[in-house]
Amino acid sequence: MNYLKTIMPVLFALLFVTQAHARFETHDFATEQMEEDYNVLVQELRCLVCQNQNLADSNAELAQDMRIRVYKMLSEGNSKEEIVDFMVLRYGDFVMYRPPVKSTTYILWFGPLLFFVVAALVVLSYMRKQKIETKAVVDETQQKKAHSLLDD
Amino acid sequence: MARYVLLIGFFIMIGGFAYMLNLTNTGEYNPRDIPTEFIGRAAPAINVPDLYNESEIVKTSDMQGKVWLFNVWGTWCPECWREHQYLMELSRSGVPIVGLNWRDERPEAKAMITKMGNPFIKIGYDPDSSVAIDWGVYGAPETFVINAQGVVVEKHAGGVTPVVWESKFKKHFVN
Repeated sequence: MNYLKTIMPVLFALLFVTQAHARFETHDFATEQMEEDYNVLVQELRCLVCQNQNLADSNAELAQDMRIRVYKMLSEGNSKEEIVDFMVLRYGDFVMYRPPVKSTTYILWFGPLLFFVVAALVVLSYMRKQKIETKAVVDETQQKKAHSLLDD
Repeated sequence: MARYVLLIGFFIMIGGFAYMLNLTNTGEYNPRDIPTEFIGRAAPAINVPDLYNESEIVKTSDMQGKVWLFNVWGTWCPECWREHQYLMELSRSGVPIVGLNWRDERPEAKAMITKMGNPFIKIGYDPDSSVAIDWGVYGAPETFVINAQGVVVEKHAGGVTPVVWESKFKKHFVN
């Protein structure tokens, strides 16, 4: 119990560590719409360095510079779509956290569904087999016997 | 029958997994590699000041008519130190290389060049990724091959080695 008392303040202090790290550069936005667009874009664009993070979450230097580029482009009057197109032209569909549905990404989008269908088919065929086997256990004479027993 | 199909499917999966793992381990497949969108497209502009001469702007158009390499490097990138000697060799054998010093401090970048030699015709200085983003760069080193018409014909992410030169770059320099 005593040692818990000692480490509690440390654990408590740890709560604030991520916050200290997560402080990114700040931007002044001319309009609310621009700020909203900025927030949507940094959520939807992928950090190319730490590939499982979006720009909003990443502290990588390239992600930082890409956020600044997004901000600059918005300030210059580019639309959200224009900025996404700009990034896709350079980094490919991979830069989007939600890749578009097209022939090259069909497996990505429909793969899980395919797995589900295959799994369902396997389970169904297994169940059917089980049923046939249980049916085969009771043959006709046995069934008649059972019926006559029940009738009595 | 169904059991055999499942078994075969299972072995195909294991085989595929082992195959990809082997490619990854031998360095022939990089799961983090992002294929460039630039092959067959005009090379983007560079347009940043030279590392040594701030009043001189390094431009893509300066290289028109030549087949050249565009190499992105930084002093913070160990793989860049490793490839540097080979870039020196290529440069000595007459391959024109334009460098892009990415996310560095001028003095540090100059110090590395002083220490290890300068394989570059010019070095663009890009501390805030403005050129890097325009070229779709996501790591260092990265090297592009640009042909005489100013079209990007090849890109390699990672250090340039004799193997990379032979297999990816050399063919573009033949004529």
